[in-house]
Amino acid sequence: MLQIEIDGKAVEVEHGSTIIEAADKLGIPIPRFCYHKKLSVAANCRMCLVQVEKFAKPLPACATPVSDGMKIFTRSEAAVDAQKSVMEFLLINHPLDCPICDQGGECELQDIAVGYGASKTRYTEEKRVVLNKNIGPLVATDMTRCIQCTRCVRFLKEVGGMMELGLINRGEHAEITAYVDKSVDSELSGNIIDLCPVGALTSKPFRYTARPWELARRPTISAHDALGSQLEMHVKNNRVLRTIPREKESINECWISDRDRFAYEGLNSDERLTVPMIRRGDQWVETDWQSALEFASSRIKDAVAREGGNALGVLVSPNSTMEEGFLAKKIARELGCGNVDHRLRRSDFRLDGHFQGTPWMGCNIPDVQDMDRVLIIGSNLRNEHPLLTHRLRQAVRLNAAEISVVNALEDDPLMRVAFKNTCSPDDTINFLLQLLKAMSGLQRLSLCLPPTLNGLLEDVVVSNNAQAMAESLAGHGKDYDLVNPRSAVFLGNMAQQHPRYSEMYSLAEAISALCGATFGVLSEAANRVGLDLARVLPSSGALNARTMLEQPRSAYLLVNVEPEVDCHNAQLVNQALAAAGCVVAMTAYKSSALREADVLLPVTPYTESSGTFMSMEGRVQSFTAVAKPLGEARPGWKVLRVLGNLLGLSGFEYDSSEQVKNEIFGGEKPSRVVWNRLNNNLRELTEVNAKVRTESLQRVGEVPLYESDAIVRRAPSLQKMAAKKPVVAAMNAKLLAQLGLQDGELVKVSQGNGSVRLAAKCDDRVADYCVRVPICAQTAALGDLYGEIQVERAA
Amino acid sequence: MLSQDSTAQIDKELAKYPADQRRAAVMSALRIVQAEQGWLSKEAIADVANYLGIPEIAALEVATFYNMYELEPVGKYKLTVCTNISCLLRDSQEIVEHLESCLGVHCGETTADGKFTLREGECMGACGGAPLLHINNTDMHEFLTPEKIDALLAGLK
Repeated sequence: MLQIEIDGKAVEVEHGSTIIEAADKLGIPIPRFCYHKKLSVAANCRMCLVQVEKFAKPLPACATPVSDGMKIFTRSEAAVDAQKSVMEFLLINHPLDCPICDQGGECELQDIAVGYGASKTRYTEEKRVVLNKNIGPLVATDMTRCIQCTRCVRFLKEVGGMMELGLINRGEHAEITAYVDKSVDSELSGNIIDLCPVGALTSKPFRYTARPWELARRPTISAHDALGSQLEMHVKNNRVLRTIPREKESINECWISDRDRFAYEGLNSDERLTVPMIRRGDQWVETDWQSALEFASSRIKDAVAREGGNALGVLVSPNSTMEEGFLAKKIARELGCGNVDHRLRRSDFRLDGHFQGTPWMGCNIPDVQDMDRVLIIGSNLRNEHPLLTHRLRQAVRLNAAEISVVNALEDDPLMRVAFKNTCSPDDTINFLLQLLKAMSGLQRLSLCLPPTLNGLLEDVVVSNNAQAMAESLAGHGKDYDLVNPRSAVFLGNMAQQHPRYSEMYSLAEAISALCGATFGVLSEAANRVGLDLARVLPSSGALNARTMLEQPRSAYLLVNVEPEVDCHNAQLVNQALAAAGCVVAMTAYKSSALREADVLLPVTPYTESSGTFMSMEGRVQSFTAVAKPLGEARPGWKVLRVLGNLLGLSGFEYDSSEQVKNEIFGGEKPSRVVWNRLNNNLRELTEVNAKVRTESLQRVGEVPLYESDAIVRRAPSLQKMAAKKPVVAAMNAKLLAQLGLQDGELVKVSQGNGSVRLAAKCDDRVADYCVRVPICAQTAALGDLYGEIQVERAA
Repeated sequence: MLSQDSTAQIDKELAKYPADQRRAAVMSALRIVQAEQGWLSKEAIADVANYLGIPEIAALEVATFYNMYELEPVGKYKLTVCTNISCLLRDSQEIVEHLESCLGVHCGETTADGKFTLREGECMGACGGAPLLHINNTDMHEFLTPEKIDALLAGLK
């Protein structure tokens, strides 16, 4: 530790820290533009110049490491002089367009100019003008305002993983630009809006809609992935106008993904359902809450009275709050119905009843950054977990972590991948068996495996790739901490949605157990872990999300579900709903996917309701509404409570969502319940079938980044980003040639009794015998996300 | 596309640096491509970036930073006359004026036949030989006089 003095205040700082870090620790303000604690030091704006005793010239505080006994002055005459000069210099070319600049009121340049600059300019020459750029639908640019701090350049390079912006030319001609006419496509690009200290980069959707001081700032939580990012929503006239991150080092640091940042646009969509609606024949008729709820409850009651509780199926979106899920489950249970599920995109439920607890991520989010070996199975990382991918990227960048990836798609995660195996999902099982065999050989632990698995492994031939990957994971020949290993095995969304998930899970668990790695599941949606913990699951012997569609029920209750795009098999869910006598849909949106519903109950999105989400690391986060419900829409938990009352069920006398939450956690502290319940271990290994090898074409039905949930699907700016990548049937060149197709040719893609026409696309990132067809409205006529698929030239 | 000859030369440069730091060769690679193609088009810069496996913008940053990289087509012979202090004191202005009258173009311009481009340059670090110029960034000529210029131009025709 070093003893230093800043403005007369003594402080003890760590070896190697810089003056600006020491000052920040003391709370002494030093103005800065280019310095950002999360980015590398550029020291190019010179705004942080300070006077240091025994140095003739002022030094940049951001780039000067402290030494013992250093005396630093931030407000001395020399320091103030330097600050004034730099400020004058920075303002030379900065336009005086604050009145029409979106950054006005929250502009670092404006603030610092007031605090440290002169009151008038001496500059009379012409100011420079920089041609404006178009870098995409999310970030608006006004490059004349740029002061070349290069925060955006460093962010995209260091955090985003791909250098999409750069500083070209030099001196007075220097400007920030993307390569020629390229746009910025990073899924984290919105953060450069926050980083930009001036109005050069602002939010395109938010542009010209409000001044910062008109906005009410309300905290909330992200509902689009399982990270649980902490957000702040800015509201004016009861409309959410933008979203920015709240700083939370242990979750989202100071970043958020574009999905979290711009999804708010979907909250103000014209498709919002604002009045209850009942279907009369082919017509939707607006009605009032009383009649809609009475209609719904009487229809459900009838079905249950006629056929018993088993007549009902309850599907809850995994982005619903714990309160909504719990109440939906409670209604079902009280009606004697066990058919409740939230795992809509799953297709393999063989593990039900085998779990010792609620499967979760297995570690905390910041731990990911400290890992030195990670195996990721079945995940399109950047689509599924944009910010968690950044943590992994830092592990690679800062720890030289070795990342191994087993997946059907070889999309670039924008980090160095040490080992990869791109194979069809079925072959993933074979590969994991090889990995397990290699691992057990390495660890000489084969005797610990159950005999059935040992027998199975006997015939497995270990490939070189599997051997290398196993050696990497086991830390073979490396100087890793073996007592407290920093390695992990994670299962991604694509693994979870695959029909052989239980085998992947068992094998991944065995592999991680052998090498002492943390084992975890990167959850699919905002609240999957929470709904699992609240047991929004089929009771023993009851039907799960798939079987309750395969064996159609007479009545369904849908909570925040858009059936054909939220479920594993669009055909199946559409058939089941069409055949049902009564479909009650609680939804925030009018949706063509709900055409088979009988009554639409307008519930609010999470921003207009209180509730609780639990992130994949098991963090329970409750939030309150940031805006009042739109129109007649009401929070889901209130609607379910009244529905419970109308159904004549007892125990539905809640006055607040807090009471529901207390009931979920049995009145205990949530953290206590959580740590008792999170557990990834299986009671026993499931049956693994190594011999299955299909020669038929397999669909890889990924969920695109901006198709994840109903709100995101209605955010226009995000959809413009998505539109850059048209929906295609992508396959590798080998398969394309085998099918006798040309790149770009129109093909008929069919599954079951449905088909769609798409352009074929040659994409060598797709594994052999796999066709990548994402799930979205355009492909909603197809079936299983993962399963057989036919591709032929369109007639 | 880069020619085989270029990539062979770039590979030679790459061998000087660690295998995981291909970016280190970007300046040499741009120089090699410019020597072959005469100037650096946006496509050529992108080709270099892709060959080195670095972001295109990173190569563009380098190419736009240094003024010996040509981002617009130039004449067959690019004459860069130093006009910094040492050369100026040794009458480089006269050399510039003589060249301008011989070629009929001003500094920064290219002759109509596309043969010569005239440039003002900064100190080339060889003040002992002032005044001086170099041709196509590589061929330096010292102790210039109008007569020497005439001879030089005659040799280039």
